[in-house]
Amino acid sequence: MPGLELFGLGFLDSITSQYGYRVVTNNIGYFLGGAWYTVFITAISLAIGMVLGLFAGLGKLTSNKFLYYLSTAYIDFFRGTPLFVQIFLLYFGVLPMIYDNDPVSSAIIALGLNSGAYIGEIVRAGIQAVDVGQMEAARSLGMNHRQAMTYVILPQAFKIVIPPLINEFIALLKDSSLVSAISVAELMHRGDLVFANTYQAWVFGAVAVIYFIMTKTISVIGDHVERRLATD
Amino acid sequence: MIRVVNLHKSFGHLHVLRGVNFSVAPSEVVCVIGPSGSGKSTLLRCINQLEKADSGHIYIDNEELTHPKTDINKIRQQVGMVFQLFNLFPHKTTLENITLAPIKIKGVDKAAAEELAMELLRKVGLTDKAHVYPNKLSGGQKQRVAIARALAMQPKVMLFDEPTSALDPEMVGEVLAVMQDLAVEGMTMVVVTHEMGFAREVGDRVVFMDEGVIMEEGTPEEIFNNPRNPRTRSFLSKVL
Ligand SMILES: Nc1ncnc2c1ncn2[C@@H]1O[C@H](COP(=O)(O)OP(=O)(O)O)[C@@H](O)[C@H]1O
Ligand SMILES: [Mg+2]
Repeated sequence: MPGLELFGLGFLDSITSQYGYRVVTNNIGYFLGGAWYTVFITAISLAIGMVLGLFAGLGKLTSNKFLYYLSTAYIDFFRGTPLFVQIFLLYFGVLPMIYDNDPVSSAIIALGLNSGAYIGEIVRAGIQAVDVGQMEAARSLGMNHRQAMTYVILPQAFKIVIPPLINEFIALLKDSSLVSAISVAELMHRGDLVFANTYQAWVFGAVAVIYFIMTKTISVIGDHVERRLATD
Repeated sequence: MIRVVNLHKSFGHLHVLRGVNFSVAPSEVVCVIGPSGSGKSTLLRCINQLEKADSGHIYIDNEELTHPKTDINKIRQQVGMVFQLFNLFPHKTTLENITLAPIKIKGVDKAAAEELAMELLRKVGLTDKAHVYPNKLSGGQKQRVAIARALAMQPKVMLFDEPTSALDPEMVGEVLAVMQDLAVEGMTMVVVTHEMGFAREVGDRVVFMDEGVIMEEGTPEEIFNNPRNPRTRSFLSKVL
């Protein structure tokens, strides 16, 4: 396609070139390995984020001033600065002071801390969405605060929190592509490498499709869980 | 059974309870009436400590609730509360709503708790709804389940905060009937209500509250037939 060069988009020619797609078929195993890496990093980060998020969310609701300010500062920082910056700051700045850090563990820590902040807000909102009358009814029956939380509030908050949590899983999986910048060999990074060698934009089409299959899988499972919980 | 001495409570600048003195004898049914905003709910909520009073004393069975060393959770187990909006647990069936607290806090075993729950459901006429979730119940049925749930802790006193105000008119009767049965059985009850018929028929005593104090109290005949306080008269002329 003449003229595209003018905009620096000459590489798009490769899409129309006859055998450009072969770069995908030739590297499909390599990409799927990267996708597996993406799932692995996302899953561990998510586990960390869930634990941090539960504590941060409860921390925002406690009457303990110290825990409240700690949770607020944590959530504000990680929601208020770009994840891309957080990844670099942790990888090059903070973590080297703590241990001999490598890209993969640094990526997991950055993604875990970041998702923990978002999940913290989800947890807080979910608990607050439970009607105050529920806590009062539980307390009036003689339950202490912890019993009322465990048997009455949290089970109801859990249902409320499922849809935004699914959204957060999906966002985290997509955001994990940013750790390609510190050369973690996940899907996006592998796409980048192959593209740098071939200049075939087919690569990114394939990468996009693989991400889409992964996020779609999460949302289908999420819808299923939501429907199961809604029946009772 | 209940004794409230010089109770004060403010929300910010709003002085809601301005020195309430009031007591309830065992097996007595006291109906609290009065205009909206007069502090009736706040009084009930102070009695089971959902609100903390600013000053004054509350005793239940000679135990002082307002004493800092009192275990409030223990006291609450002896004081049942029924709310205007029922507040059933939506994630639990009727039966589970009733058995949750006895099992989890009293340590009653499941079979015994369910047996008691079924007995209470028989009392409120809802045995056929034992395995149904609250969203499948009508308002009147919800409130009857809420009464059964409170009774399952075998309280010494029951507090009712406008238990029929959120109900469609045709469901008011079924809830009042359950409450009347309870009164006949000798339960000590404090009932905030706008149902003057109920207060007159079932109440042993009627308390008229206005502007955060008890303006007048007496037998239903005294209050409804010969109110002495002009405020009581004006309130009754509006609602009767
Ligand atoms: N949690 C609260 N915060 C602030 N104001 C309140 C609160 N609860 C009640 N009030 C106010 O206290 C007053 C008395 O309320 P309430 O005891 O509910 O009256 P009643 O039940 O007699 O209608 C009202 O003006 C109400 O707006
Ligand atoms: Mg009220």
